[in-house]
Amino acid sequence: MSTSSSSHTVDAHIHHDADHHEQGFWSKYVFSTDHKVIGIQYGVTSLLFLFLGFTLMMIMRWQLAYTGEPFPVIRFVLPIGIIGLLTMFVSGFKPSLGTTVGILFIAMAGLIWYLATGEERMPMGIMAPEYYNALGAMHGTIMIFLGVVPLGVGAFGNYVMPLQIGAPDMAFPKLNMMSYWIYLVGGVIMIISFFVPGGAANSGWTSYPPLSEIATEGQTWWLVGMVFLITSSLLGAINFIVTILQLRVKGLGFMRLPFFVWAQFVTSFLLLLAFPPLEAAGILQLLDRVVGTNFFLPSGLVISGEKLVNAGGGTPILWQHLFWFLAHPEVYVLILPAMGIIAEIIANNTRKPLWGYKYIVYSALFIGFMSFIVWAHHMYITGMGTTISAFFQTTTMIISIPSIVILTSLAVSLYGGSIRFNTAMLFALAFIPMFGIGGLTGLPLGLATSDLHLHDTYYVIGHFHYVVAPGTIFALFAGIYWWFPKLTGRTMNETLGKVHFWGSFVCMNFIFFPMLIQGMVGLSRRMYDGGEQYSHNQSVLYLNEVMSIAAWVMAIFQIFFIVNLFVSMKKGKKTTDNHWEATTLDWTATTAPPLAHGNFTTLPTVYHGPYEYSVPGAKKDFTPQNEK
Amino acid sequence: MEHSHEEIKKHVRKYIFVFVALMALTVITVVVSYLHLTITTAVIVALFIATIKGSLVAAYFMHLISEKKVIYITLLFTVFFFIGLIVLTMTAFHDQVMIPHVS
Amino acid sequence: MQIPHTIEHHPETGLYNAKVGIWLFLASEVMLFGALFTSYILLRIGAPTWPHGWEELNIPLATVNTVVLIASSVTMVMSWASLMMKDFKKYKMYMGITVLCGLIFLVIKAFEYGAKFEHHHFPSTNNFFATYFTLTGLHGLHVIGGIIVNAYFWGPGSKMWKTEPQRFINRIEVAGLYWHFVDLVWIFLFPSLYLL
Ligand code: HEM
Ligand SMILES: [Cu+2]
Repeated sequence: MSTSSSSHTVDAHIHHDADHHEQGFWSKYVFSTDHKVIGIQYGVTSLLFLFLGFTLMMIMRWQLAYTGEPFPVIRFVLPIGIIGLLTMFVSGFKPSLGTTVGILFIAMAGLIWYLATGEERMPMGIMAPEYYNALGAMHGTIMIFLGVVPLGVGAFGNYVMPLQIGAPDMAFPKLNMMSYWIYLVGGVIMIISFFVPGGAANSGWTSYPPLSEIATEGQTWWLVGMVFLITSSLLGAINFIVTILQLRVKGLGFMRLPFFVWAQFVTSFLLLLAFPPLEAAGILQLLDRVVGTNFFLPSGLVISGEKLVNAGGGTPILWQHLFWFLAHPEVYVLILPAMGIIAEIIANNTRKPLWGYKYIVYSALFIGFMSFIVWAHHMYITGMGTTISAFFQTTTMIISIPSIVILTSLAVSLYGGSIRFNTAMLFALAFIPMFGIGGLTGLPLGLATSDLHLHDTYYVIGHFHYVVAPGTIFALFAGIYWWFPKLTGRTMNETLGKVHFWGSFVCMNFIFFPMLIQGMVGLSRRMYDGGEQYSHNQSVLYLNEVMSIAAWVMAIFQIFFIVNLFVSMKKGKKTTDNHWEATTLDWTATTAPPLAHGNFTTLPTVYHGPYEYSVPGAKKDFTPQNEK
Repeated sequence: MEHSHEEIKKHVRKYIFVFVALMALTVITVVVSYLHLTITTAVIVALFIATIKGSLVAAYFMHLISEKKVIYITLLFTVFFFIGLIVLTMTAFHDQVMIPHVS
Repeated sequence: MQIPHTIEHHPETGLYNAKVGIWLFLASEVMLFGALFTSYILLRIGAPTWPHGWEELNIPLATVNTVVLIASSVTMVMSWASLMMKDFKKYKMYMGITVLCGLIFLVIKAFEYGAKFEHHHFPSTNNFFATYFTLTGLHGLHVIGGIIVNAYFWGPGSKMWKTEPQRFINRIEVAGLYWHFVDLVWIFLFPSLYLL
């Protein structure tokens, strides 16, 4: 029950149950307009997509490590099927979230079985080159658009942000529900695309024309799916911004917002203004493919020795501009919510205010602004002249400064704190150096001279995976361990958590560091044979097996996480509302918020900044924001 | 309610005036198009008139002339990024080592 | 549970939620059409030959359409003003005309498209027609969306006037902002496609 730090807070349970009709299962958990339920829906869906994206990659890694050897299907399908059965067993086969997830795991085992067999995809069990491309394209798409962003923004943003600002719900609850369902439709379309003739899209997550325009039918599905995903993001972004602008509780000025809320705010603006150009580009490419326009198809194109009969006159470079106009801001959509989560966890577990809160906020705003004018650093190799590349090099160098400011602030915040090393904090601590490596490896890519050598090599893959995988994904794991007590009233198991952390941490580096080495040697990305055919790659080919094994071992460590997640839901240690003794409103002003109800019966009032830990003279080492 | 009856009546007079202006500008821009000016002049004239028309709609019908700060700031950034998109993309196309359209 | 500021203004921003929302949406629409305009300009500048709009397209029809759409914008804002003056009858009339104008616009557009198809001018013919069909088509979709919303507020949606008048006025204001934006896009599309 409420430890009642605030006289303004009445226990939400008691008040509501008295005058509330019991809602049916469907309106309560499926077609719910409650931001917490929608957050959980986003969370479950995006975790499944992350799992699927990870699995696609594990299939690819077999091909890279053991080029030309038949793929061992059973070894992959069996463990996933068993996890599914186990989950259903733990949930007692009753109609519940656990059982649903179990069924989904079993469905996924079936999907992988399908994906890793079949004469067209895997002739004699050996992967076809086009199929390798499809797996690569879908891995990227699923991870970014269906996994990380929906988890960081859709799930954490939806669940936590309104609680942190003391709002009863999002500003437009119905729109919020629509965002989720449109996202789901987009995701389902992406999955269906695996089953259409010719398989899923196989022109990379970047879908560069002209390749993407002459590609098989899967690309059309990809484009339609993307239009849905973009629409969903736009609706979500509007909702987030309005909520943050309009629904902050009394006393919660902008400079008292937890950094997590700031991060969501900037992220939403990026989604709002950067996504539409890609939507436009997607529509144009769709028209090129379906009605035969030539927006991105030049005249005189020769395909497999034959001249293409078309009106021509288009330009593929235009696609690249419109694509990267989104896709660069998109990388900050990936990283900002992650930084938000990390900031919350570090402030709490060092029991100190964040060092330089103000500068972190300004940096985030500056990042948001700058990320609209750096996009062409992905395009130096397209033959850009020196003037325009000088411009983009300069802006790229400038935008790395605020990133470094944030990272430095987070690191300095550790100094002199009495750090609590729980699992969430371990992930948060690991984020700092991992994101550091990712960011620093970006600098040589931002300078045209060095990028001409490094572009489209595994170095680029290493760079962005360091930011996204041991960076963002670690932050998301941290967030799950961190907010789990808020969702369930129970804690996750620390021992399993620590095994999960250390295993993942070590494996991540064995997977991604070798990529940097391979790339500097010159090994190109998107190589179906792992670069075997080129003599300059020979010295680094042995790393392919190292990375693949590390990837599979990391998969095993994820089982600790999955088991922990499900077992803790039922059997985790019960805890108080404010398990971490935190200051922000999500922890103090509500009891483990009942689903499909409002959050607060009486809105709290805020008197303090977000991170008032160890205030001299205070009774406790934390001063909740709503405590006088 | 912040607007009184009288104020609204004043608004309505403005709307009628703007309507007339928009019609006049439409006629002008169409007539100019029949002169078949050189493309540069034609673009400048057409976009100039369109901008005036657009501003009239935005300022009076959409009440942008007396709007709140949040909206101004949002639109300011939007316009800035839009200009960034168009100007930088065009510059990149001009400053190209290989020209994309070789026939 | 009541979401704050659905009707009453926020003390700091001075706005109700939906108005902030619609402006954000319009901002994203600016970027959408902005990207399409960018594509149009680049393709046209890069093309070895590009016909003038007046050589290929029907200017009188498009001019009529411009007039129709601008007129609908005026009636839209008048319908809002009528509500502000508590004159529901006038609101009904103006909103009805707005919807009608939208429909007329679409009918004229359909004739225009039909004539193009008769002359075997399709989006795949060349990039001139590709941009023409794409831009006007996408704009047309926006018009259709606006008509649906406006028709709803003219018909069943107008019941709210009895129960929550202020909220209804807000809705009409928001729908109006969208409709004016659609008009605004056309004001730029018309010269750049037809007159240049
Ligand atoms: C902090 C400073 C950063 C700099 C200077 C930087 C610079 C670059 C550059 C120049 C490229 C293009 C390389 C090429 O294709 O030749 C690139 C690629 C990439 N970066 Fe970064 N980056 C930074 C941070 C980030 C962050 C924070 C993320 C994501 C969370 C990220 C994600 C990516 C991705 C996904 C790609 C590859 C896209 C692709 O070609 O598929 N980067 N980076
Ligand atoms: Cu970038």
